[in-house]
Amino acid sequence: MTMKNACVKTLIAGMTAAGLLLTSGVAWAATTVRLAPTADLKTLDPLFNTAYITRNHGYMVFDTLFAQDSEGKVHPQMVDTWTKSDDGKQWSFTLRDKLQFNDGTPVTAADCVASIERWSKKDTLGRLLMKAGATFKVVDDKTFEISLEQDFGLVLAALSKPSGMPLFIMPKRLAETDPSVPVTEMVGSGPFLFKKDEWVPGNKVVYVKNPNYTPRAEPADGLAGGKVVKVDRVEWIYIPDANTSAAALQNGEIDMIESVTPDFLPVLEGNSEVNLITGVASQGMIVPNSLLPPFNNSKARQAIYHVIDQAAFLSAVGYGEKYRTEYCPSMYTCSSPLATDAGAAPYKTPDFEKAKQALKESGYQGEKVVILYPTDNVNSPANLVLAQAMQKAGFNVDLQAMDWASVAARRLKKDPVDKGGWNIFLTHGGYFDANTPATNPWLSAPCGNGLPGWPCDEELDKLRAQWLAENDEAKSKALAVKIQERAYESVPYVMWGEFKPVIATRGLTHTDLMKIGIPVMWNVDKK
Amino acid sequence: MPYVLRRLVATIPVMVVVAVFVFLLAHMSQGDPAAVLAGDNATVEDVEKIRASMGLDKPLIEQFLVWGGNVLQGDLGISTSTNLPVLTLIHQRMGPTLSIALFTILLAVLLAVPLGTVAAWRAGSLTDRLIMLGSVLAFSVPVFLIGYGLAYVFSVKMNLLPVQGYKPMSGGIVEYFRHLLLPCISLGLVYMALLTRMTRATVLEALGEDYIRTARAKGLGSGLVIWHALKNAANPIVTTIGVGIAMLIGGVVVTETVFAIPGLGRLTVDAVLRHDYPVIQGVLLIASAVYVLINLLVDLSYRLFDPRMDR
Repeated sequence: MTMKNACVKTLIAGMTAAGLLLTSGVAWAATTVRLAPTADLKTLDPLFNTAYITRNHGYMVFDTLFAQDSEGKVHPQMVDTWTKSDDGKQWSFTLRDKLQFNDGTPVTAADCVASIERWSKKDTLGRLLMKAGATFKVVDDKTFEISLEQDFGLVLAALSKPSGMPLFIMPKRLAETDPSVPVTEMVGSGPFLFKKDEWVPGNKVVYVKNPNYTPRAEPADGLAGGKVVKVDRVEWIYIPDANTSAAALQNGEIDMIESVTPDFLPVLEGNSEVNLITGVASQGMIVPNSLLPPFNNSKARQAIYHVIDQAAFLSAVGYGEKYRTEYCPSMYTCSSPLATDAGAAPYKTPDFEKAKQALKESGYQGEKVVILYPTDNVNSPANLVLAQAMQKAGFNVDLQAMDWASVAARRLKKDPVDKGGWNIFLTHGGYFDANTPATNPWLSAPCGNGLPGWPCDEELDKLRAQWLAENDEAKSKALAVKIQERAYESVPYVMWGEFKPVIATRGLTHTDLMKIGIPVMWNVDKK
Repeated sequence: MPYVLRRLVATIPVMVVVAVFVFLLAHMSQGDPAAVLAGDNATVEDVEKIRASMGLDKPLIEQFLVWGGNVLQGDLGISTSTNLPVLTLIHQRMGPTLSIALFTILLAVLLAVPLGTVAAWRAGSLTDRLIMLGSVLAFSVPVFLIGYGLAYVFSVKMNLLPVQGYKPMSGGIVEYFRHLLLPCISLGLVYMALLTRMTRATVLEALGEDYIRTARAKGLGSGLVIWHALKNAANPIVTTIGVGIAMLIGGVVVTETVFAIPGLGRLTVDAVLRHDYPVIQGVLLIASAVYVLINLLVDLSYRLFDPRMDR
């Protein structure tokens, strides 16, 4: 260091010390964890949309009736005891003691029933629960019942759904809000309190420890067990630029990055003070529009599968070998209990001749195929790889660049391509949004669904209905295998690869829970 | 009617045109705020329900009249993405934006006017060439590159200053300035370069005027000659400063993004990406009003430097 640098450093250090003396001592005494989230929190209501950032906010403020551990096993969370009738159609749940919302009111069975009713109008599993004829009854302040008209093997899986739209419990007065209107008052019974007065959208979200939260006695595992909060305050600092967030972590200004942009992994790998945590895998998804030619024919959809080189897609996005599955044939992700390679054999390696043949059999006439290409998305390079591969197979590709908001609006259109319609868009789903035939959106959508892409395969619908009603684990798994085999034939969507998002921390301990891919802040401590 | 009042009244039709233009521009874009809000796995029906709850299913003219009526009552509406009042969002962002704008301009003026004047006084000398070389470089290098460079050296390597964020003055004056230093320097260099070149050109022109030659012939000292020239060259410099302030208040997106500063620029870009119409409309309307006001102040300031304008 030169003399000049030393002088400047001393001067600024002195100014900093003076500044610290001027600031409040209380604020600095509290243990604060600063986290750079992947996205900015906009919607507070976790039962309003499926944005991951809103889900993560939900886990801070609200609690769930049941929760899944790191292996996907269901454990009670707000529930103390529960019973199930022999035929699996009558369920009774009793809440544990000392549950209370942060407005001081106790959590009651009526709050739970109202929350389930609102959730079941929006969530896929909730809708399936209602389709099985579910009715709810409040027995007393702490007990409620669910009665089913049909067999439904996923009651606990639904109540413990970890992602997409988890069933968070809110007070009855808020849960009675129309599901198409977001709740803005944050009254939960979770481990943290949301500081709305300190919320600056686009910049900062603040949570403080909920002093009235009573964690379960069991050790924490995944989303289950005791949610013991060891820090006083958590701040989500939204840093839109990946370079800046990596620099801020190295500089000690933040303690954690929720998901490191792949380009910056080599930089952080070289910093001994930074700990990189590889989470559960996410799945890249290509969604063809099954309503319009050429993808209203399954042969044309199969042609896409024949051009997919997963490694090429993942490399283009920036995921090195350490952070991806080299080849994953399972639509349920390769690390899930349902993982299987059934039906994948014809597509293991790209084969452009087979793609051309399938395309010819589909009756493709060379019409334009519009790919909606969001340039402001972390996975946008995957669109370029897809366009190039499809062109090589004989598709007449029209890659239309736009922002994600435009993709989100355009993909809802069912019109022909020349009237603003589309043929393909790319997206990705987290582990919990791909790992079963019920949670994977494009695998779970029945004929007549309203999901962009509008896949429809009646054979798949029948298999899924059998799977939903099945209570036996082995039979259930065998049905999941059949579902995937069928899905590789009818192709409701195409996988473009499996990658493992990386969380970076500095100076934090007990961060293992985050391996589930959700940045839960309970049990985390600061050195 | 006094001049100031006439100018203020003249801003009303300007603001009406701006309001109509801003509203149409926001609504003519391809995206759909309801689709963004609904999330990735939303169905068409989900999105339609949300659109209806936002009032976006109503005719455009009806939406404009509702918005215009609310604006006249001082209500800029509610953000479709955060459900917070637009005025609250703008208020949250005003502090960082004003701080950056004022300190950047202050930094630029304090350095650029003397540098530009010296360059004009020593026109053709090595000093002049060095100053011009520096200003060309500062003007040519992209702001984000300067920002990354400064952050790398002063934050990551030397650990002297924060990489990102903004601290309000209430959190301590030193922290406030520490967070402003790098963004203001990286942004100020561009404005400094612009002002230096403008000052040099106008002072050089003034130095060639007859009255300067007369003043020199009468034996006036160099310092006073320069002062006379600078005063006469002030109007174009003040105009550049005024435009600079207006542009900075309108938001400096790149700098705000690089240093993660929650200013009006990022609020606007974020709103555009999410098609948050009330925020887009509110911010642009206020930015336009500020622009008009600053232009008015610049026009009024001309009279301070040039008494002939009063005639």
